[in-house]
Amino acid sequence: MIPLTQRVGGKLAIAVAICLFFGGAHAYAGESEITIDNFTFSPPELTVKVGSTVTWKNHDDIPHTVVSAGKFRSKTMDTDGSFSFTFTAAGSYTYFCSLHPHMTGMIKVE
Amino acid sequence: MSDHDHNDEGGKDTGISRRRVLECMTWAGTGVLWTISGGVPRSLGLVDSAVAAQPAGLSFLQISDSHVGFDKPANPNAIGTLEEAIGRIKAMPIKPSFMIHTGDITHLSKAAEFDQAERIISQAKLDVHYVPGEHDFLDEEVKLYRERYGRGAKGAGWYSFDANGVHLIGLVNVVDLKAGGLGNLGAEQLEWLEADLRGRSRSTPIVVFAHIPLWTVYPAWGWGTEDGARALEYVKGFGSVTVLNGHIHQVMQKVEGNVTFHTARSTAFPQPAPGTAPSPGPMKVADDKLRALLGVASINFKPGDQRLAIIDTPLQG
Repeated sequence: MIPLTQRVGGKLAIAVAICLFFGGAHAYAGESEITIDNFTFSPPELTVKVGSTVTWKNHDDIPHTVVSAGKFRSKTMDTDGSFSFTFTAAGSYTYFCSLHPHMTGMIKVE
Repeated sequence: MSDHDHNDEGGKDTGISRRRVLECMTWAGTGVLWTISGGVPRSLGLVDSAVAAQPAGLSFLQISDSHVGFDKPANPNAIGTLEEAIGRIKAMPIKPSFMIHTGDITHLSKAAEFDQAERIISQAKLDVHYVPGEHDFLDEEVKLYRERYGRGAKGAGWYSFDANGVHLIGLVNVVDLKAGGLGNLGAEQLEWLEADLRGRSRSTPIVVFAHIPLWTVYPAWGWGTEDGARALEYVKGFGSVTVLNGHIHQVMQKVEGNVTFHTARSTAFPQPAPGTAPSPGPMKVADDKLRALLGVASINFKPGDQRLAIIDTPLQG
């Protein structure tokens, strides 16, 4: 077994590497993906530029949705199902799964 | 199990500990009959002797979370295990008065799934009183459940009825869920509930059933109902109250005063005990263990002495 701290450290190193790869930018236009694993949106908060498309992909064995009141509402995503939304206006978009409302996330568009 | 404080407010831990959660559960083992008397559950013995001593009163069944359409590794054949459960019901020596289904009839609210569920469940040849789970409202127009089961019901599908002097109330706590929250009954349903109970004799045994637990089981996994406490306020003055739920795919029981809370097993797949897994998703167990974790519940009233017995019977084991 690898100690937890070591594994977390490894993940951190990868995250740092990714940040360096993207030049440390906080926001980038284009395509972003949010995965759903274990009833959790990952990353739970994401910053993108106006015009970016975000795709949610469900890896759980249970269906999920993403709903942002008055902004967007996905159909039910079964296992391996996905939903994409293009953000054309700046702002903070909080969203949740309407089936499992304890699952929440946020997209910051700037 | 004692009637202790389940909120753990006096504890040193900031969150609910796993040990505490386990203390709050009664794992009804194979063939154990729980009798509720004076708010304290007692184990009386094995199912066989209990069934033999079954009083002539109201006896009904609860099935839950059949998830017709589910075919993932936790149980690739959820239809097969539902058929097994119905087969066991058909083989019962004493025919129950009716059956309740506490939701998640289907996995994805497809018409074919509802049809399949009906085809299998109807073989029990019992009246079935349904309440919806969140998996039953997934169709685009949110109409399939209501067309099939919502006739005569109020709002999103709540209703009440009487049987052998027992007042049964089916509630819906899976619609209009709020971000970050739990199950939800809503103001309209709560008003209806208050009116439904008004003027009723306090000695009337009350059974409340809904999909998501009306008591707070484990909020981190959404296992509770935001405004469930308000519904419980309306029923707590009654001498005998039984709250039957599904959703969490395992047996849990808690007693608070005159109120007994109980959750039924699923007929489709088990879910982990609170906090024992990264998420409440379907739990894959060894094939030969699956049927010990699926099953149905039977609920027996012996009118007059306010005793209620709940027997959880697994499909196997």
